[in-house]
Amino acid sequence: MSATEEIPATPVLAQASPRSAMANWQRGALVLLGSAAALAPIFVLESFQLFQLTMAVIMALAVLGLNIVTGYNGQISLGHGAFYAVGAYATAILMSHGDWSFWATLPVSAAVCAGLGYAVGFPALRLGGLYLALTTFSLAVAVPQILKHRAIEDWTGGVQGLFLVKPDPPSWLPVDADQWMYLVALGVSAVLFLLSWNLIRSRVGRALMAIRDNPTAAEAMGMDIATLKTRAFAVSAMITGIAGSLGAVVIEFVAPDSFGFGVSISLFVGMVVGGVASIAGSIFGGLFVLFVPNIAEEVSKAAPGVIYGAILILFLFLLPDGFAGLLRRAAARWRRVAARNGDGP
Amino acid sequence: MDGLAHQLIAGIATGGIYASVALALVMIYQATHHVNFAQGEMATFSTFIALTLIQAGLPYWVAFVLTVAISFALGVAIERLLMRPVQHAPVLTHVGVFIGLLLIVGNLTGWVFGYTTKVFPSPFESEGLLFGGLVSGHELGSTVVTLAVLLLVYLFFRHTSLGLAMRAAAYNPASSRLVGIRVGWMLALGWGLAAAVGAVAGMMVAPVVFLDPTMMLGILLYAFAGALLGGIDNPMGAVVGGFAVGVLENLAGAYVVGTELKLTVALAIIIGVLVVRPSGLFGRVVLSRV
Repeated sequence: MSATEEIPATPVLAQASPRSAMANWQRGALVLLGSAAALAPIFVLESFQLFQLTMAVIMALAVLGLNIVTGYNGQISLGHGAFYAVGAYATAILMSHGDWSFWATLPVSAAVCAGLGYAVGFPALRLGGLYLALTTFSLAVAVPQILKHRAIEDWTGGVQGLFLVKPDPPSWLPVDADQWMYLVALGVSAVLFLLSWNLIRSRVGRALMAIRDNPTAAEAMGMDIATLKTRAFAVSAMITGIAGSLGAVVIEFVAPDSFGFGVSISLFVGMVVGGVASIAGSIFGGLFVLFVPNIAEEVSKAAPGVIYGAILILFLFLLPDGFAGLLRRAAARWRRVAARNGDGP
Repeated sequence: MDGLAHQLIAGIATGGIYASVALALVMIYQATHHVNFAQGEMATFSTFIALTLIQAGLPYWVAFVLTVAISFALGVAIERLLMRPVQHAPVLTHVGVFIGLLLIVGNLTGWVFGYTTKVFPSPFESEGLLFGGLVSGHELGSTVVTLAVLLLVYLFFRHTSLGLAMRAAAYNPASSRLVGIRVGWMLALGWGLAAAVGAVAGMMVAPVVFLDPTMMLGILLYAFAGALLGGIDNPMGAVVGGFAVGVLENLAGAYVVGTELKLTVALAIIIGVLVVRPSGLFGRVVLSRV
């Protein structure tokens, strides 16, 4: 009985190599097409639409940060808006008080957010799912209050916030400042997406997922849970913080009330809708977070919240692996149908 | 000195509100092992229902009882509709449903009842202050109501067979099912009770902070801090913790950090408790065998 079941294993293995060769060819075409599609908006879109798309790219990056700690490592964070805010403020303060160039602020903002994420990671070690969610939620709620506080008002500008100026594009490139910011956001995000992709497919990435799926077994196999979890938090906070830095220069303004808990909730909704534990899903999440509220706003002031909530619950019920999961399944089905047709004659 | 006494008593009065929301959180936790993020928004919604009933001409206490009953029904309905289908899903799904619920209920409240801040009547109107100017009639009345709710809940869980069944269902669902307890309905009942307690808390706090759709957001966090401080699995601890957080918040707001950082006090308490003593002051330390 068992012998007959093992027979199909051989043809599957035999098929594997031509298919992966096909996949390589397809992957190359996909990368080319993707880059073309990503660069096309510069030539096509109006200034405001390009600004929105830039913000969508930045949101995708922020969702990616959240996905690393929540999707891949299973530590539910509802407070990633806090890291986004800290990244934005780090860049804003250095640029407006210290006259730093934007590029020089990025490493500082990344380091500050990584440090903060590392620090938050320690109490997080003690907390199971729901507790951690509520604690990080309270962090998100407290952030605007802390930013407004009198003691740091000289630096943060208090309730008024800070203004900053977009960096000028290099003279050899025939683009204006908005187009240049889009390219910057796209470039930084592409690098971080690639790094995250590699991280998740490495030994560390597998360890993160093992800890999420079965911490006891992971520990028994020798994984250092505390180290990995706190570092996952740090990396995740760093990525979201860099997104915050980019967001601050693109909007050219930071103020405490734009970093309320709504940001954290948007990131969470974006992650669920795009696809939990999916790198590509973060891109869909970013697009969703930016464009759906704008569309819903036209219905009513309360509509974005209600529609957000309803979509979130619908996705959890019907598509728990999000939009990316839907695409993945559709692609798998298409491949199966194609394979069957290929085998037929 | 008079200032300090007044801050203490005002702290106890707001603490009473936190205590009742904390109690609602702990009850849901005991019955379902969930912490409902939308508790505050549900309570605000209930308070708006109460205001609508009062404005329709009903006497305060009739509206009070009706609101509690409606909230109970809503709580049960939400458990049946939203939580039951995902009861075996991972925690992330539960958090997502809570967040979705928070967004829907919170924004619906604004949509249906408007965003303007409204005055909510208190049943304990008094001429000036009682006890030598230390406490207002409403502060005293709402504290008494909170303590009465606590007593009722305690009696229900300790001395009725339904309360025993609910505790059993949460403690060991499999065995409870074997002895004929309908575990699913016990969970729904827990949600209903929590929504009812939340409604009472909302009606008690609304005369103090005024009624608007975001009324309960801060209160939920203080209540969570209180519940953690007392031990998330101990109703008595939740009440003590709620009162303690109210007093701490008022004293810190008046003497240490100023009113702008009050919410940060809640955050500090939450993190402090979790780092120093995760089981809270009165909670059981849970050991799990692997």
